[in-house]
Amino acid sequence: MSEPVLDVRDIHVAYGAVKALDGVSLHVLEGELVSLCGVNGAGKSTVLKAIAGVLKPVSGQILLAGQQIAGKVPEQVHRLGVSLVPEGREIFPSLTVAENLRIAAFGTYKAARFAADLEDVFGLFPILKERYRQPGGLLSGGEQQMLAIARGLMSHPTLLMLDEPSLGLSPNMVDSIFELIENLKGRGMTILLVEQNAERALQLADRAYLLSTGRLAFGGRPEEMGDLVDIASVYLGTHGEGSKP
Amino acid sequence: MTLGVIVEFIINTLSLGSLYALISLGLVFVFGIMQLVNFAYGEYIMVSAYVLYGLGVFTDLPWPLVFLAAVLTGAIIGFVSEVVAFRPFRGRSLDALLVTSFALSVILQDTVQLSISPRSKAPPFPDFFNQNVTLFGIVTPLRSYLMIGTTVLLLVGLSLLMRGTVLGIAMRGASENFTTARLMGVPANLVISTAFVISGLLAGIVAIFWTARSGAVEPLMGSAPLLVGFIAVVIGGMHSLVGAVVGGFAYAAVANVLSLTLPTSLLSFRDAFMFVIVIMFLVLRPEGLIRGSYAEERVG
Ligand SMILES: Nc1ncnc2c1ncn2[C@@H]1O[C@H](COP(=O)(O)OP(=O)(O)OP(=O)(O)O)[C@@H](O)[C@H]1O
Ligand SMILES: [Mg+2]
Repeated sequence: MSEPVLDVRDIHVAYGAVKALDGVSLHVLEGELVSLCGVNGAGKSTVLKAIAGVLKPVSGQILLAGQQIAGKVPEQVHRLGVSLVPEGREIFPSLTVAENLRIAAFGTYKAARFAADLEDVFGLFPILKERYRQPGGLLSGGEQQMLAIARGLMSHPTLLMLDEPSLGLSPNMVDSIFELIENLKGRGMTILLVEQNAERALQLADRAYLLSTGRLAFGGRPEEMGDLVDIASVYLGTHGEGSKP
Repeated sequence: MTLGVIVEFIINTLSLGSLYALISLGLVFVFGIMQLVNFAYGEYIMVSAYVLYGLGVFTDLPWPLVFLAAVLTGAIIGFVSEVVAFRPFRGRSLDALLVTSFALSVILQDTVQLSISPRSKAPPFPDFFNQNVTLFGIVTPLRSYLMIGTTVLLLVGLSLLMRGTVLGIAMRGASENFTTARLMGVPANLVISTAFVISGLLAGIVAIFWTARSGAVEPLMGSAPLLVGFIAVVIGGMHSLVGAVVGGFAYAAVANVLSLTLPTSLLSFRDAFMFVIVIMFLVLRPEGLIRGSYAEERVG
């Protein structure tokens, strides 16, 4: 087995006195699409933020292609090849689509490559070409999500992390987002996907993890998830001794 | 009202407004990125003014170099204070940063007071600076037009920087959503240092024109421009650079209108009227004339 692109080992993360992750380990292999599921507040975003360097783990290791990145700041982690498309899209509202995309390549910009990257992104999201000179804040929710993902791609990440990309979108738009994720997977991109829409995420995933109040309740093949764990109980938040009222 | 009064009002408002706009821009550059009101900003102006005084009195340096040195001093003190004083506290609470800026302000005041003198000094200026010129039938010192010209150049330059360069785009992005900008690879230190350097540069330029108007430098001189900056920012809005500029000119316009319209017996209360207007703004339109788009998010 080759070395995992991402290897998270027993990380503990706290917001001040509030423990959010209580020993989480997971890994993502090259070309894999791994889905991270769990109820609201389970700690999914916390995992992604810890990997991206937004949060510093209290303990544990995060290895990116074998290199320790726990404790590095977000701009360093980004430079090493990790893109996080954050929950809630986080478009810069007063910056144009063009400027949003240009910032996204800030740390990894290569003049020779930039135009081709833009064309690539326009191929995936033609609407962004039409809206190129408009402020990001004027885009619809779905268009903003496309812009957010496009930003995530501009740096040629070795690991793309998507935090609830379908949240709050119309059914049509949800379809096209999942189509896109499938498309990216088809290109061989390594993806860590957090989704509320667990059913659809599991259909696409090579492997899956289930988080429950800051601990892993399951890790393995998506189709086994239903057999091994009583998903319903986890989703109701009553699973395991780690759950708090 | 005669045409002459109107023209005079316009020229005065443009030149005073230019000065006020630069003052508030310097405050907002840092606030936009850090959500920090930098109380030491007035002292950046003060220290630059002392460089102006020192080089002007004790050396034979040509004027352009004296001015350049004053401006660079502002930029350097902005940069150094960020790295030495603010950076160590950045991950902490906003209160820690505010206290730091207070402390820095007092330290700089005391240092100048003890090492130079608590009394005010008169820095020399080149003759052309205060020479009167007659334009449109109005007699004004040349520095008023220099002030306007400098401000126009600076505003054009800054807007080219903020719109046309990647660093500027990154700074605008960071002031809307700092964490997300970092997630795209924008280095926090770079953006914050740049904001402080620009703030200090503006302070240095303000020092020249402020001192030329007042004719004196003294250790506590920073509080007056700081107050001007606060008021302009309350009027214009803390959340955009355009707001800062608009606020500066609006403040100058209101101040000049009050000077023109208040009866002589009330003229000494001009500042009191000004504060009433500021309070009205705080109550009725706390976001200022220009709404910014970025969130109330602080740099972690
Ligand atoms: N900034 C914060 N300060 C304090 N506690 C937080 C903060 N952010 C998250 N938490 C807590 O940490 C836990 C995990 O939050 P997290 O956002 O990772 O959950 P999530 O699984 O992403 O949920 P969601 O599906 O709602 O996005 C929750 O209990 C939450 O209340
Ligand atoms: Mg979340």
